Amino acid sequence: MSDQQIRKARSHVNQSEDLIFERSAPGKRGMALPRLDVPAVSAAEALGADLTRDDVSGFPEISEIEAVRHFTRLSTWNYAIDYGMYPLGSCTMKYNPRVNEFVARLEGIATEHPYQPAELAQGCLRILRDLERALLAITGMDAITLEPAAGAQGELTGLLVIHAHLRDRDGHPRKKVLIPDSAHGTNPASVALTGYAVENIRSDASGQVDFEELRRLVNEDVAALMLTNPNTLGVFEERIADVAQVLHERGALLYMDGANMNALAGVVRPGDLGVDVMHLNLHKTFSTPHGGGGPGAGPVAVKKILEPFLPVPAIVEEADGRLRLDTERPKSVGRVKAFGGNFGVLVRALAYILAYGPGIRQATEDAVLNANYLRAKLQDAYDLPYSTPSMHEVVFSDARQRKNGVNTIDIAKRLIDYGFHPYTTAFPLIVHGAMMIEPTESESREECDLFVDAMRSIAEEAATDPNLVKSAPRSTRVGRLDEVAAARKPILRWKPSE
Amino acid sequence: MYPTDFRYTKEHEWVKLDGDVATVGITDYAQHELGDVVYVELPAPGTKVEAGQAFGTVESVKSVSEIFSPVSGEVVEVNAALSDHPESINQDAHGAAWLARIRASNAKADLAALMDAAAYEAYIAEQQEEASA
Amino acid sequence: MRYLPKSDAERRAMLDAIGASSIEDLFAAIPERFRLKEALAVPGPLAESEIIGYFRDRARETSVGYSSFLGAGVYRHVRSVVADALLQRGEFLTAYTPYQAEISQGTLQWIFEFQTMVSQLTGQEVANASMYDGSTALAEAALMAERLTGRHRLAVTRSVHPEYRHVLETYAQHAGLAISTVGYAPSGRFDADALRAAVTPETAAVVIQSPNFFGSIEQVAEAAEIAHAAGALLIVAIAEAVSLGAVRAPSEADIVAMEGQSYGLPPSYGGPFVGVLATREKFVRQMPGRLVGQTTDAAGRRGFCLTLATREQHIRREKATSNICTNQALCALAMTMHLALLGREGVRELAEQNIAKATYARSRLEVIPGVQRIFSAPVFNEFVIRLPRSVRVVNEGLLRDKIIGPFPLGPFYPELTKCGLVCVTETTTREEIDRLAGSLERILASETNDAAAAPRTAGHRA
Repeated sequence: MSDQQIRKARSHVNQSEDLIFERSAPGKRGMALPRLDVPAVSAAEALGADLTRDDVSGFPEISEIEAVRHFTRLSTWNYAIDYGMYPLGSCTMKYNPRVNEFVARLEGIATEHPYQPAELAQGCLRILRDLERALLAITGMDAITLEPAAGAQGELTGLLVIHAHLRDRDGHPRKKVLIPDSAHGTNPASVALTGYAVENIRSDASGQVDFEELRRLVNEDVAALMLTNPNTLGVFEERIADVAQVLHERGALLYMDGANMNALAGVVRPGDLGVDVMHLNLHKTFSTPHGGGGPGAGPVAVKKILEPFLPVPAIVEEADGRLRLDTERPKSVGRVKAFGGNFGVLVRALAYILAYGPGIRQATEDAVLNANYLRAKLQDAYDLPYSTPSMHEVVFSDARQRKNGVNTIDIAKRLIDYGFHPYTTAFPLIVHGAMMIEPTESESREECDLFVDAMRSIAEEAATDPNLVKSAPRSTRVGRLDEVAAARKPILRWKPSE
Repeated sequence: MYPTDFRYTKEHEWVKLDGDVATVGITDYAQHELGDVVYVELPAPGTKVEAGQAFGTVESVKSVSEIFSPVSGEVVEVNAALSDHPESINQDAHGAAWLARIRASNAKADLAALMDAAAYEAYIAEQQEEASA
Repeated sequence: MRYLPKSDAERRAMLDAIGASSIEDLFAAIPERFRLKEALAVPGPLAESEIIGYFRDRARETSVGYSSFLGAGVYRHVRSVVADALLQRGEFLTAYTPYQAEISQGTLQWIFEFQTMVSQLTGQEVANASMYDGSTALAEAALMAERLTGRHRLAVTRSVHPEYRHVLETYAQHAGLAISTVGYAPSGRFDADALRAAVTPETAAVVIQSPNFFGSIEQVAEAAEIAHAAGALLIVAIAEAVSLGAVRAPSEADIVAMEGQSYGLPPSYGGPFVGVLATREKFVRQMPGRLVGQTTDAAGRRGFCLTLATREQHIRREKATSNICTNQALCALAMTMHLALLGREGVRELAEQNIAKATYARSRLEVIPGVQRIFSAPVFNEFVIRLPRSVRVVNEGLLRDKIIGPFPLGPFYPELTKCGLVCVTETTTREEIDRLAGSLERILASETNDAAAAPRTAGHRA
């Protein structure tokens, strides 16, 4: 298809903009401070000259309007969910409701200090308590901490809890954690931080954990299995309850990475499947904005037996119904972040849950419906390495296009010209040339159809005009960047020219 | 392509012995599989290494490969030019882009366990076949 | 449901296209016995106005209407509606991590600007794209020092924020990092002799905070000398970033771990904030977190991309420098915008206003009978006072006057019972400081009088 025929998008002029330091001119500023109502003091006078500095050399000097234009121009160079489908597999790029932003900024919510007395923090604590209850209802677990700042920190926290529990139970924490070969990289990295060794367990022909291999591997050295469910192929681990049983019989625990909870919320509760510990990514399933890479929140939910080991502080309810933070937990793994969790993110997640109520199940159903719709409409154009049923995402491979020299990255880049953000490329590692597509529930049938048209058209281009695909994107401000040069001679900051 | 006075490992290192000093590098096949090399990490001279043990890494933009020592001994010299010019591994993997010189403590036995050029070429042909299957 | 863009008819048509008779077919992989039969027990659904109503109700159960003198790692500073409006543009708010550089140049360029501004402020050569917060940045800095030195001990001063130290312990315990704690001197700064004695050839890093938890500005150069003499690194934690507008940058440090909240982020009951990690260029390959670098495309146009990614978990897995993936991008953007608006003059003026407020507040509080200054070192915008009564009891009195009083140090420092940490910033008005002084003076005077008469009823909150 010629670029003029693409229906979803066409290019338009956007503004150029230099680095903010290059726009700067001495003597300008973009913000006035309140008038000083006490006697002025110079820093050198108050602190002594040896403790003070000159102005921050090279710092920007621009007016308010220039700042507004600078950041507005930059913003127009980004793709965003607000533009259209963002089908990154395992990232759950769904609509971020604006009311969530509004309530997180309210006076009395955004303005509160973590050390203010509990009697003046009841509103904040009530929000946390209400979110805890909702997440426990959704996961079917018994206790929860909202403290971890992101999914990876949730993983670390969950593993620390397992470590502390085993040491408390047996006197030693055991030695290793099993991780499927399809796992996200944070899993092994989190395991390494807890001092456990990582042992990989392979997937079987259906893309699920090889159950017989698991039986062979679980022994008294194994502390836990970390399982993403549905896994990164978008496949539900059908034998998860049996997996839990094998682990439990041998004194090990089942950790569920809840990155893909968007396939389960309201339909099945991990707590019912034998899961002992799990984390949630509120910036995925619960719609808090990704913001270009955070902030997130990674609450960790556990079974009753693990509750004493959760991080401090915990929220406790007094007999009179008042809430307070409790740090007296002798078996706790400690603190994973100062000042409790990412409260502003937690506020947004609760606002999301309140908007749906029990209807969150409909969101899950639509997410799974969309993924299966894309699968049905694309499986004759792209190789489907695992034919096991898909949940909320589907993983194709570039096997057919590779014969013409076109790989998953080329197809991804070409999608940009069609007005879409690419899917996740080259992950999971067990699929060569993976194309991992997660539409989420936020996409209409029309948007799904446009995506199908784009993908089918690119498949055709790959067969008839592979160079067109390999030279994509053609419509962007910059073409493919020289990442090799960037890594060989890193330039990580601006410096004034000499 | 593959010099006959080198010996080769299954992890795609080459080794050439001069007296008791073994010069070690990665093979042309390895650099090709890795793509553009952006960084090389090598041990300090004086480091003791064991045959088969990882002693450094070679990185491309999106991957990291460990380098395994073909011999046991002590590192006497590393190729300092690689820190500024990692790309030379892509250009001359068997020559200028050698990685380290190791004073081998048991060279004979270590080298006896490795492949000669013909065996290595057969080995990589097999690997390529597997990859395309 | 308003967030879902499908009608039931469309759902049916899509099921037909898939060849499924009902939505249940698509969940067949989940064993029947585990599938929920009843509706989830969660509140809702609520309309937008009802959601706002719920949160407004909660907001009324907080401290609105009170004057606060709390700092201790979280600070109230001016913010700009300009920055907040700009960062709510969907292209910033609803974009993912900038892995696809061609359609993420906006995010990549501001991260590059953030890395630059952080380097300039901290006097370091390079900075990453953010960590979760100051406390985890410090923990990561310690692990980084362990990798860089191959040593397994830390010397940490007690004047580092107690919660930062607590987080550091959580991370260090499984990394084989042993922590020795070093006391503080009567000046309120670290005890240099004790530090010298604590540093050994096994020490990976010395950890100090400046301004420290007591508000005192530390002698960074001296700490660096002590650390470097033993071949150890110096890590400087900074909880109050605004200080860097006037306080000398810790350029002798090898790693700076900072909380950036003060520049543009609200207290938000503890988060989300923005952790900052900055270091020397030669250490960058042991640095955790994302980094953006400058490069060009085939046509020679300048562009930015994520770089040195082989350090990270998605490539190096269990051998990565950290498990961090999602960080605090949008908060880092808020800080970038705020700093751009303040500019070179503004960061300076802001810092000097804080120093002026603290100078004024001390002059008003330290003359109250019974109130004592206990540390002599210069402070930025926080300082410790000793009261003749328990800080908690005094604070209860202040609450009746709608004042949230000093942060009690006793729970963290048993030797500092009756001591409180007072914080004032450019947002604290002279009138508020005067009101605190008046109220405190009255309470102390009356408590001296009633103390003998009626013992207080105990049982107040922790």
